[in-house]
Amino acid sequence: MPIQADHELSGVTVFLDPAGLPVLDLPRFARHRETLVALYSAMVRTRTFDAKAISLQRTGRLGTYASSLGQEAVAVGIASAMSDEDVLLPSFREHGAQLWRGVSLEEMFLFWGGDERGNDFAVARQDFPVCIPVASQFPHAAGVALAMVQKGEPGVAVAVGGDGATSKGDFYEALNMVGIWTLPAVFVIANNQWAISVPRVDQTRARALADKAVAAGIPGEQVDGNDVIAVREAIERALVRARSGKGGTLIECLTYRLGDHTTADDASRYRADEEVSSHWSEEPLVRLRAYLVAHHGWAKKDEEALLHGCRDQIEKAAEAYLATPPQPVRSMFEYLYADPTQDQAAQAGELGDA
Amino acid sequence: MPECTMIEAIRMALSRALKEDPDVIIFGEDVGIDGGVFRATDGLTQRYGASRVRDTPLSETAIAGMAVGAAAHGLRPVAEIQFTGFLYPALDQLANHASRLRNRTRGRLTCPLVLRAPYGGGIKAPEHHSESTEAMLAHIPGLRVVIPSSPARAYGLLLAAIRDPDPVVFFEPKRLYRAIREPVEDDGMALPINKAVLLREGADVTLVAWGAMITEANEAADQLAEMGISADLIDLASLKPLDRGTIRSSVEKTGRCVIVHEAPLTAGLGAEIAADLAEHCMTSLLAPIRRVTGFDTVMPYFRLEAHYMPDAARILKAVHNVMEFA
Ligand SMILES: Cc1ncc(C[n+]2csc(CCOP(=O)(O)OP(=O)(O)O)c2C)c(N)n1
Ligand SMILES: [Mg+2]
Repeated sequence: MPIQADHELSGVTVFLDPAGLPVLDLPRFARHRETLVALYSAMVRTRTFDAKAISLQRTGRLGTYASSLGQEAVAVGIASAMSDEDVLLPSFREHGAQLWRGVSLEEMFLFWGGDERGNDFAVARQDFPVCIPVASQFPHAAGVALAMVQKGEPGVAVAVGGDGATSKGDFYEALNMVGIWTLPAVFVIANNQWAISVPRVDQTRARALADKAVAAGIPGEQVDGNDVIAVREAIERALVRARSGKGGTLIECLTYRLGDHTTADDASRYRADEEVSSHWSEEPLVRLRAYLVAHHGWAKKDEEALLHGCRDQIEKAAEAYLATPPQPVRSMFEYLYADPTQDQAAQAGELGDA
Repeated sequence: MPECTMIEAIRMALSRALKEDPDVIIFGEDVGIDGGVFRATDGLTQRYGASRVRDTPLSETAIAGMAVGAAAHGLRPVAEIQFTGFLYPALDQLANHASRLRNRTRGRLTCPLVLRAPYGGGIKAPEHHSESTEAMLAHIPGLRVVIPSSPARAYGLLLAAIRDPDPVVFFEPKRLYRAIREPVEDDGMALPINKAVLLREGADVTLVAWGAMITEANEAADQLAEMGISADLIDLASLKPLDRGTIRSSVEKTGRCVIVHEAPLTAGLGAEIAADLAEHCMTSLLAPIRRVTGFDTVMPYFRLEAHYMPDAARILKAVHNVMEFA
């Protein structure tokens, strides 16, 4: 199945084609080598994290894990456009965005390893944790945006969800609120063409997910979600717009889920290998690397140093995670309320000193 | 008779229902070609067609609401919610419509739907995939709530749920999906959905449990037997309506009762059972009723999950406590 883009409808923003050839003049930020290298490095780091997480899961040392293989540009593009005062409300596949925002590799491992401390970010303290109930993060983002307006803060709330998420009421209802109250929120759809086994065409007959913005009276647009430059450029525009008081934007990033839905899934049950292999030619790392090689002297040794650095960092984080003892059992009572209830205290007592 | 797991028994019952009643349809997320994330519907869309076993978009509210409409208009929908943790958007439809339609229309429109969902903890699943929300559903007048604890009961109870004229919430303890095998005859025989099942008989204490807690209670009963304490073990099977008679007559015999559930203690279904016994069996009781339950907290992330789940050791402790009392 080809990526569902309807060019006639709105036009898909793309700067670098799959081969890394520029098809438009690059935006200003993309003219600097350091910026491009930073974007590329973040994507490589994300992919390396992904591979390590999967191998830890396969060996029983991590829980069910949702890979972001092939979608690194969406996550990195979003976060690289954001400022510190903005708030990220991710789904469960935006590892690259969380890492860019400053969530540590160790925190990420802890979260996926079944430990709540992975959500107690040392930085990005206002960012929301991973959201598993699909689409329920969008209303939160509208609420965060409302709070920013009321408090006179300059930030923007940025929520990310999948193509499947656009079928839920939460998504429509939140989008409508963003429209009606002109809230500084950016809703990003990482359209990876699948919601577990349900393909994009069976999710909605709308020609583009971005068109759902029409119903809310806000702008919607499609970008090539495998082109990190295109993602970042679109998010930046949306952020500027939101910051200047003009309200929200819906951005659909066209990408592809190259891996299984999660480590608990077997995608070969419902999608053809040929479809997956055809999308490997469009994946986001190859094109930016090709561009860096052609225009910024990115050499083999640069690539090797980057890979080596990422692996090293991630191995260290994984070791630290594996060496972290579980929380005391009583911790399950300590954070539910500001003050644990008497009932809870009695029940914690039953656990003894565990 | 072929031996099968609970997931196979559920699939067998679904297949039987599709075969015997053309009005039965199945829909939910990933129930088609993927066969459901636990494979409950594996092969059914191929066998009965994509119009009868349908993948839906990601829309729990619509899944439940459409089940209401379809049921009222003559179908027998068996809708799947992928995990109990994602059932909340469907609650509006269950509480405000499915459970009330018959009453509101004085019987003119009815709602013979089944809403299935994998339920409970114990498989180290991610957040929101391990909840036990049966009490919340059982609190809604007009719904039936059924939870099997073995392959054979899953088969018979699910068929009963599908044939029942009223809405049934059918929670499947996912920890047991592949844990037990037993012979299950695909004979189309339903089990009653207003009866608890006395799984073992004893004289000293009544254990009441359901779902995956039956396994723990049974193990506790085995250990108690070695110590010379014999237990009645009741599998509630149907939580709403509650088979109060079976519980009462057991407790009238044993004089002691320990109730086990995975859901949190406060306002859990154990409270209803304990209150019923206090009201009706006070003179038979030799000791206070004890509850062994999940704690008044959310299911912790899975590193601590095992500490949340009631187990045989905690049940034994409670039984010893009531035995020591009298
Ligand atoms: C409300 C809700 N229903 C069902 C699920 C189970 N589930 C987890 S992810 C998923 C598919 C999500 O698809 P999409 O929104 O496209 O995101 P993707 O997984 O492709 O990133 C489903 C059905 C869930 N987490 N939340
Ligand atoms: Mg998707």
